Amino acid sequence: MTAEFGQFALGLALGLSLLQMVVSALGRARRNAVLTGAGEGAALAAFACVTIAFGCLIWAFVTSDFSVLNVAENSHTEKPMLYKVAGAWGSHEGSILLWCFALTGYGAALALARGLPWSLKALTVATQGALGVLFIGYMVFASNPLIRLASPPIEGNSLNPLLQDPALAAHPPFLYAGYVGLSVVFSFAVAALIEGRIDAAWARWVRPWALAAWGLLTIGITLGSFWAYYELGWGGWWFWDPVENASLMPWLVATALLHSAVVTEKRGALAAWTVFLALCAFTLSMLGAFLVRSGVLTSVHAFAVDPKRGLLLLGILGLAAGSGFALFAWRAPLLKDQSAFAPVSRESTLVINNIVLAAVTTTVLAGTLWPLILDAMGKQGGVGAPYYNTVVGPLMAVAFLILPAGPLLAWKRGDALGVTHRLGLAAGVAVLAALAIFALVQPRQALAAFGVGVGVWLIGGALSEIFERAHAFRATWRESLRRLGGLPRGAWGMSLAHIGLGVFVMGAAYEGAWKIEATEVLSAGGHLSLGSYTLTLDAVTDRLGPNYDAEHGVVRVTDPGGAVVCNATPERRTFATGGQTTSKVAICPRGLDDIYIVLGERRMAQDGASAWLVRSYVHPWVHLIFLGPLLMGLGGILSLSDRRLRLAAGRRRGAEA
Amino acid sequence: MIGMTPRRLAIVLGAILCVAASADPAERLADPSAEARARALFQETRCLVCQGQSIDDSDAELAHDLRQIIRAQVAAGRSPGQIRTFLTARYGDYVLMRPPFSWSNAALWASPFLVGLVGLGLLASRLRRTPPADVQVLSVEEDERLARFAREDTPEGGPDVHAPA
Repeated sequence: MTAEFGQFALGLALGLSLLQMVVSALGRARRNAVLTGAGEGAALAAFACVTIAFGCLIWAFVTSDFSVLNVAENSHTEKPMLYKVAGAWGSHEGSILLWCFALTGYGAALALARGLPWSLKALTVATQGALGVLFIGYMVFASNPLIRLASPPIEGNSLNPLLQDPALAAHPPFLYAGYVGLSVVFSFAVAALIEGRIDAAWARWVRPWALAAWGLLTIGITLGSFWAYYELGWGGWWFWDPVENASLMPWLVATALLHSAVVTEKRGALAAWTVFLALCAFTLSMLGAFLVRSGVLTSVHAFAVDPKRGLLLLGILGLAAGSGFALFAWRAPLLKDQSAFAPVSRESTLVINNIVLAAVTTTVLAGTLWPLILDAMGKQGGVGAPYYNTVVGPLMAVAFLILPAGPLLAWKRGDALGVTHRLGLAAGVAVLAALAIFALVQPRQALAAFGVGVGVWLIGGALSEIFERAHAFRATWRESLRRLGGLPRGAWGMSLAHIGLGVFVMGAAYEGAWKIEATEVLSAGGHLSLGSYTLTLDAVTDRLGPNYDAEHGVVRVTDPGGAVVCNATPERRTFATGGQTTSKVAICPRGLDDIYIVLGERRMAQDGASAWLVRSYVHPWVHLIFLGPLLMGLGGILSLSDRRLRLAAGRRRGAEA
Repeated sequence: MIGMTPRRLAIVLGAILCVAASADPAERLADPSAEARARALFQETRCLVCQGQSIDDSDAELAHDLRQIIRAQVAAGRSPGQIRTFLTARYGDYVLMRPPFSWSNAALWASPFLVGLVGLGLLASRLRRTPPADVQVLSVEEDERLARFAREDTPEGGPDVHAPA
């Protein structure tokens, strides 16, 4: 019965979203608070219905109810419980339900938000309702996750073993919460365009939503990258794969939006541009969903595999984004950019940040869509990592070199000489770090040494800014501490995010240049040398897992002195259902580095004994690559907790009391 | 990554099963520096029959053959440029993972920099505009609140521009 109950709830949610859209818009048009209140109620009820449907699907997975098509196709009784639950969003249909769960969840949060002018709020809730109608409608009519089978199978098809991983179980919820969080920003933009007024206050209201979405997206992308690193066994962490690019594009635009919204909030400038970014961010989220879901990019011909759904998603994207941008074209000329600023000012640095991020987004978009464009011209082709690295590297370098100056410059007209003076120490340390790396690390690589220097520059710049605010070395230490304690959390959040960026840049530059690889065919007792380490394959035994058989290798890692660093246990697993084989990578962390060992296929050695292909890497400083984005995400959350962002609500409560 | 289409999964799985095929000791050149030069070329060369993979990653037969051809040419002392020319003469530009600078690829290479230049142009034109006398950004009432708020919220007084509903 649960599946039918869930289906009913979905139908109800569709009706409620429609009601939310119509009633809120009507309420705004007639200036009727009862109607807008009813719209908010519909938003809450729609969320409740989607939650019930989502609960029903998870229940069907947990109880392995194979009479539900989606469960039969994606689950298995032997699967560990965590992956049964995660299986609920492991398929196309389930992930769309997760998307709608997030969409209506944000709608409900919006309905509960206080301190917004009622007319703007009513229109925002109405727009969110319209998005709900589109996506829930798509789910109900074209991608229903709760459809029953007439004759249920005894056993399910199981979830792909590669996806059976804790990081990947958590990755989609974070990513989707981020993607869909941008829908609220989109709705705010549409509402403000209809109202024809975008000002400092609007930017302040949008900022927490943009921050939340950005932080969640950052964490979601990092989890995905971490999964690719340790689960795929390729020894890389970013592949410029279309699926990764799909998540990177909204992130880049959301980053630009956070920065331009600050200019709009503090200076009333760039209003039209900020709204444009708000529309772009969710459009790219939807584009990402379309590209990933339709399979259009894996093979340019896969479009034909499921043309109905692909075209429907494209239609939804076109309708939502098209109306948004048409509205923008119509109303944006009404938005006046009032305040002026000098070439050396905080505004200028933030505008350059936005220009670079826009150019990088264009790079990723052009590279991702290039195969489609060529296909339309009757040619074949595509781009790979070398293209992205060539274009994105120099662009980002420009932004990173300017970045530390931004927070230190004053609004309107900055003091270039003063900033140079304040950043002198950070610049000196960064240059020294780059020179030291260039001189000491073999083989010499100037570009990577420069990259590490840039990372140090970013961290040093962020620390200089904190010291500056604390009047460190100028005031007494007691006074400095008092000033530090008085800094708003938004300032700490920004510094933490910039430090995280620096940490990431250092790690990416170092790991990219000085990663070591060694591959040999080893029989038991054989060894290979990996940099200064020696790896000995002690034994390979057979082992039985919960839903797989494994060849379990024991690899002893020793340092030059002969001391054992660790005993790594890479596995090669064969899953009974589906017959797929995957590698369980063994990782020995050593400080910031990882020794990364993969047990490959079994071969015959010359003497006829069994031997295995053992691939191994040293990934130096790789931990920084994942630590950096984590710090950035934490910075976002810290900013979100700034009382200035909640002040509107707090004030209101104060006034009512 | 989750919820990939079956086709996409098949491709990813295919890639995993034949990962880093080029590192196979059975294939590689005796001279490590020549092997390193060959590997660098592999990473730039598309495996024409696999989607989006370089011949460094793929163990398709064609990728294997191409690797051996490139290794032989590297061992014979040909430069990377000569080898690239040889590859494009034989398979077209598509064989390169990094598309060359050419008119048909102009949109791809130029678009990011065009966006950057347009942005800089807009910024420059904005900066050249004569700065108007400080325009009232906020309403009078909002400005009062701002001043009050700035007093309580040092050192970074953001404007409290909340207007009651």
